[in-house]
Amino acid sequence: MQTHTYDVVIVGAGGAGMRAALESSGRARTAVVSKLYPTRSHTGAAQGGMCAALANVEEDNWEWHTFDTVKGGDYLVDQDAAEVMAKEAIDAVLDLERMGLPFNRTPEGKIDQRRFGGHTRNHGEAPVRRSCYAADRTGHMILQTLYQQCVKQDVEFFNEFYVFDVILTGDPATDDDVRAAGVVAYELATGEIHVIRAKSIVFATGGAGKVYKTTSNAHTLTGDGMAVAYRRGIPLEDMEFFQFHPTGLAGLGILLSEAARGEGAILRNAAGERFMERYAPTIKDLAPRDIVARSMANEVREGRGAGPNKDYVLLDLTHLEPAHIDAKLPDITEFARTYLGVEPYTEPVPVYPTAHYAMGGIPTNITTQVLRNNTDVVPGLFAAGEVACVSVHGSNRLGTNSLLDINVFGKRAGIAAAEYAATAELVELPEAPQADIEAELVRIRAGAGTENVAAIRKALQESMDLNAQVFRTEDSLIQALKDITALRDRYGRVGVSDRGTSYNTELVEAIELGFLIDLAEVVVVGALARKESRGGHFREDFPDRDDAEFMLHTMAYPTQPGDGVADSTVRLDYKPVVVTRYQPMERKY
Amino acid sequence: MTALADAPEAATDMGEIPSFEVTMRLERYDPDVENPQARWEEFTLTMHGTDRVLDALHKIKWDQDGSLAFRRSCAHGICGSDAMRINGKNRLACKTLLKDLDTSKPITVEPIKGLPVKKDLIVDMEPFFASYREVMPFLITTGNQPSAERLQSAEQRARFDDTTKCILCAACTTSCPVFWTDGQYFGPAAIVNAHRFIFDSRDEGGTQRLQILNDKEGVWRCRTTFNCSEACPRGIEVTKAIAEVKRAIVTRTF
Ligand SMILES: Cc1cc2nc3c(=O)[nH]c(=O)nc-3n(C[C@H](O)[C@H](O)[C@H](O)COP(=O)(O)OP(=O)(O)OC[C@H]3O[C@@H](n4cnc5c(N)ncnc54)[C@H](O)[C@@H]3O)c2cc1C
Ligand code: SF4
Ligand code: FES
Repeated sequence: MQTHTYDVVIVGAGGAGMRAALESSGRARTAVVSKLYPTRSHTGAAQGGMCAALANVEEDNWEWHTFDTVKGGDYLVDQDAAEVMAKEAIDAVLDLERMGLPFNRTPEGKIDQRRFGGHTRNHGEAPVRRSCYAADRTGHMILQTLYQQCVKQDVEFFNEFYVFDVILTGDPATDDDVRAAGVVAYELATGEIHVIRAKSIVFATGGAGKVYKTTSNAHTLTGDGMAVAYRRGIPLEDMEFFQFHPTGLAGLGILLSEAARGEGAILRNAAGERFMERYAPTIKDLAPRDIVARSMANEVREGRGAGPNKDYVLLDLTHLEPAHIDAKLPDITEFARTYLGVEPYTEPVPVYPTAHYAMGGIPTNITTQVLRNNTDVVPGLFAAGEVACVSVHGSNRLGTNSLLDINVFGKRAGIAAAEYAATAELVELPEAPQADIEAELVRIRAGAGTENVAAIRKALQESMDLNAQVFRTEDSLIQALKDITALRDRYGRVGVSDRGTSYNTELVEAIELGFLIDLAEVVVVGALARKESRGGHFREDFPDRDDAEFMLHTMAYPTQPGDGVADSTVRLDYKPVVVTRYQPMERKY
Repeated sequence: MTALADAPEAATDMGEIPSFEVTMRLERYDPDVENPQARWEEFTLTMHGTDRVLDALHKIKWDQDGSLAFRRSCAHGICGSDAMRINGKNRLACKTLLKDLDTSKPITVEPIKGLPVKKDLIVDMEPFFASYREVMPFLITTGNQPSAERLQSAEQRARFDDTTKCILCAACTTSCPVFWTDGQYFGPAAIVNAHRFIFDSRDEGGTQRLQILNDKEGVWRCRTTFNCSEACPRGIEVTKAIAEVKRAIVTRTF
């Protein structure tokens, strides 16, 4: 075992982690710990854009952007946080441009902007051009640009180090003086354990899409940061709200950005009907994602799906100029060619909703400090990016608001962590902080378990796709919970065939699976208790939004098996939504 | 109402996806045994028409031999984790469809060449990233930051578009015969990333970068074998980028 000491340790080197590192490394001794090489992070997969009311191509302002974010999130957004994000968006984009990000340009040489779902002028009048972009590789450019700046600033990275535990000085539920003392990491190359002490810890580990089978998320997006914090007693907020992106390549889940529809592509059913005209007469194909995804699933359910099994709909780009497609959507049209053998110039592309984004996560305030209940923070613990829930996305995130979130709150986290480290002392480490995770690693690597990691994961993901996807009911969720409980039991007997210490990727997959099981349970229990439909969470047995009962954030806490909701290991509480300017209204588009 | 009139022909019929047998012949290396040595191992699998080499590797790892080690993350060609030598050519496993290979013969998969093998298909990427860092791969400017964005015309932006696509997968560098024999050579990927800044109208570090690349381990080692351009999964014209950098060193115009 090795021990290291820093002022600030940032866990995760995606957009949020590196944006934080750029702020903190100049102010405090900083290390970034990442299970992937920074440029492998899934921020690089983001396609469509990052929005800010620059008003480069038409009238726009941050207040309209705030409104769209709140309405898009079906009023579960904390409005103070949305306002911060929309205001700071403008600098966030300009920061990136000054760092060298090659945005597409207007004829005047300014940053170009395009339309994106749910972004409107003057409180819903018409779509507005707000998304700043670099072809359909905006996330790639953000990730590369931030990494380039990290190289320039000589940021210190621990690459291929997996953080499997966070060290707290007490129980966040009962201990008012609880502090964060460091993290425990596993070095993939050698199998060695590292305890990394720090005054400030920033979690920026991204999403948890692998809870589902059909997803746009990377294999490595297993919600590690969320699960690690949760296991130590930190609540998770609003986890039942998962975004299903309408246009995943059918059967594969690989994303085709909403930018396609922003550039004019149209969704059609088997009969060729532009069915979104029925569901969202005003903004049609550019309605928010939850609405489009459900409309698509409904077309399929009612027998209007395309293909031999009638199990997908079609994204039609054939009326767009090939040259326009090549200039604006080169990558995603190549995905269609490579993976489905479909030529988007001439053929419509088979698509179906894919699990895309976790609206929920580790609760934080607007300075990114982690909350351990509805009001109190854990000093020294911060979170930003998809792992966190500020909450700027409420129950449904608008497209382009996440690349924005990681930049705005990543920056805030870096500053806050460094400032805290400047005033705080290092906390004493508890006795043998690595013991728990070490025991777990030994159990799996050297124990007698025979259950197969891949088999359990597949069963989990299939149950989640079947029971907790676009449409949910009491019955389907109870089934999912049963499945999860049975799989957790099998996980207790999990084993691996690789008993080595070097690059034991099977072992890390086993640990990641443990995280997925915990998170799936939190998603399902939250969904079961939320007897309403809002944003990404749709209950067929409770199809309406119920503001009287449920205009509240879910806060999920771990508890003893059997003590939680419906005999689960999850206890639920609720937190009020921050409302400043906008009273809830019906969400129509 | 509905727009039936301008609708295209409905539903491309994708039909049943055919399945087939394939043998994967993998180069294995386990550093944890005594006297570790590379060896070949074969696995026979039933796969489907839309499966990629990465799916085959996962099938082996998940159903047959969990100890098989390889890197992967995004599974659709954008993170650069899984460059490997497939039937003798560098490719991304997640972007190579099995049906595009000759499945009547075993498909060979080896680690990319020229970087130290750590385990099975995993190589040490540090030397690769070290060369990348040496070319100052970041925007260099002088003077005050502008208060809004720097202006750049669409033409100026297009000048370096191709090389912005790089995902640092190392397929190019590890397909280069010069790099195989001389690990000190910067390699195509580093030059691609230097190109990305040299030809960016906003950048003022071109002269410094050209000096670095004019070094004995720099661009002049390139013998224009085109392996790199063929290998690049992002379709970057790597050889052309290197040629442009060479020309810029000679003419000092960029
Ligand atoms: C296909 C796709 C397209 C998208 N397009 C858009 C878009 O156009 N606009 C938009 O706004 N949003 C988009 N999104 C959403 C957005 O890209 C993500 O939400 C955002 O990039 C997440 O960034 P992050 O920094 O939080 O996490 P990530 O970029 O996922 O980074 C997570 C980091 O954490 C590290 N990590 C994870 N676990 C551990 C651990 N246990 N120990 C150590 N390190 C760990 C990883 O190595 C990685 O470096 C898209 C998402 C997808 C999947
Ligand atoms: S230039 Fe192409 S092959 Fe080379 S590292 Fe970049 S993406 Fe990979
Ligand atoms: S897994 Fe990301 S490029 Fe292949």
